[in-house]
Amino acid sequence: MRERDAGKDILLVKHFSVSFTRRKGWRGVTMLPVIQDLSLKVGAGELVAVVGASGSGKSILAHGIMGLLPKTAVWQGELFFRGRKLQEKTWREFRGCGMVLVPQSVSYLDPLMRVGEQVRNGRKDRESRIKGREILKSYGLGEETERRYPFELSGGMSRRILISAAVMEEPDLVIADEPTPGLHLKAAKRVLSHFREIADRGAGVLLITHDLPLALEVADRIVVFYAGTTVEEAAVLDFKDEDSLRHPYTKALYRAMPEHGFKGTPGRQPFAAELPEGCVYGPRCPWFSENCKRPVPYRRLNGGMVRCWREDLEETGEEKNEA
Amino acid sequence: MVVLLGLVSLGAFLLVSASPMDPLQTNIGQAALGSMSQEQIERLNEYWGVGVPPLKRFIFWGKDLIRGDMGISLLYRQPVSQVIRVKLGNSLWMLGMSWVISGVLGFLLGIAAGIKKGSVWDRIISAWILVTASMPAFWLALVLLMIFSVWLKLLPMGLSVPAGVEASDVTLKGRMLHAVLPAATLSLTGCSTIAMHTREKMTEVMESDYVLFARARGETTGRIVRRHGIRNILLPAVTLQFASVSEIFGGSVLVEQVFSYPGLGQAAVTAGLGGDVPLLMGITVITAAIVCAGNLAADSLYVLIDPRIRRGRRET
Repeated sequence: MRERDAGKDILLVKHFSVSFTRRKGWRGVTMLPVIQDLSLKVGAGELVAVVGASGSGKSILAHGIMGLLPKTAVWQGELFFRGRKLQEKTWREFRGCGMVLVPQSVSYLDPLMRVGEQVRNGRKDRESRIKGREILKSYGLGEETERRYPFELSGGMSRRILISAAVMEEPDLVIADEPTPGLHLKAAKRVLSHFREIADRGAGVLLITHDLPLALEVADRIVVFYAGTTVEEAAVLDFKDEDSLRHPYTKALYRAMPEHGFKGTPGRQPFAAELPEGCVYGPRCPWFSENCKRPVPYRRLNGGMVRCWREDLEETGEEKNEA
Repeated sequence: MVVLLGLVSLGAFLLVSASPMDPLQTNIGQAALGSMSQEQIERLNEYWGVGVPPLKRFIFWGKDLIRGDMGISLLYRQPVSQVIRVKLGNSLWMLGMSWVISGVLGFLLGIAAGIKKGSVWDRIISAWILVTASMPAFWLALVLLMIFSVWLKLLPMGLSVPAGVEASDVTLKGRMLHAVLPAATLSLTGCSTIAMHTREKMTEVMESDYVLFARARGETTGRIVRRHGIRNILLPAVTLQFASVSEIFGGSVLVEQVFSYPGLGQAAVTAGLGGDVPLLMGITVITAAIVCAGNLAADSLYVLIDPRIRRGRRET
């Protein structure tokens, strides 16, 4: 099942950048770059996790792909869904059917509408009722849940409701924006396993999260997101060993995982308004050199992608084979 | 609510007794008083209860009130309850009309403005709201009078029924025509508050997470307004609508004066100026009761309609 449409891109993001305009003084306007030169793709049956710390612009990415950026945002780059370029018109066509968003929390449900009606997205025919009930049931939610209001749901239940609402539309692409915070480990794993199931049924899933260990359990590929840009793209297998990882930030993330030493890296992610010149990770990087003050290209390396100037990061034969 | 009503009437009563009105003078008149003998004056003093402490008087009045006797109006020489019934009958449907119109109009304007903050519609409506909100009701009443009655001669100048017509011959149309201008004035000034609050709430809803999610699911703006917008702003709007009863009543005092509309507001002014204490107290109590009932209705509706309160109670 998983290999059904393998290789066919569901979502292709090319050099995607988002800036927010901010008024400065009377007439001046400053641009605040939130996402810069982001590229990634999601194939059919594939679960790609975008992993990044809070405040790195992850939600903006999710909203940007759905074409739901606020009016003050300006975006550049190209987005393709099933090979068709995304713009106002195509978004209107695909939003909700074809591509769906699984938002973060219960606040994305209408507080005064019964859950069942929201899962069915207002449809009242018999077929939809039966389908909605079946989907809820498959996520372990009984019929009584349909008559509940969002405030009566627990954290785990509301996530499953949001997933149900997404599955209801039989999408080709699911964008999940931080579906796990506030859940205990078991519930979070359960929620993520639902996304794995969706991908196994042939849809592409873009999972946006800050939780690398959990993402590693379900994803096929990991895209590491730092200060608004992608610094590395790696297969899940690459995370078995620090040496097969490419970017210094990814290596730092690896070392910060409890089973690999739990070591932190000094410094913090820069705000969008204070991005350094050249490499965004430069100020914290142990390999920092003058070279890093120039803009860094996103290049292929050992079957993945990396945004780093380091020359000693060269193709190694064995990894090439693995990829 | 009963406690509140008691306090309102006590407050009004104390204010009245603090005023330097002499019951004999106001009731009989300066001239008549001068021609009376000392003995007569004393008998009258006793009759009107001069010298009885205010609190004791209040208790007497309160006891009568509970029995349904609000005393006799000094100016109209009729039982207060009857005067109020007639005046309220005149006012009530004019006030009700402006209450409904201001509510509906304000609600619709608020939605139209709130759908898209900063849009052309929003700017036009917001400007309109600001203008009407800062316009004094009596001034607007004068302007409307000038335009529709004096220049265009479309609508009557004042009163609630055509002048010089037998009460039995007054048609519904005649009544309607006379109520149009006062009601319009009250609606225009009253709707601005409701529109402003509705707009505020509507923009909040349109910027909420669940509307973003609705968009992500392909819902159009029209559908979002119908499915999520109205659902979420109806409750605060209804509360506000019932709470605005007091504003309509307050505005009616001025507006009825301008249009010489013989309603409750005008009766209140006459009673106040003429020192008609029983009538003034009666009007105070009745309007306070209506306003309180409005607020009470708003609160109870909230409990009835909002599932968060309704269901939350059941569970705890």
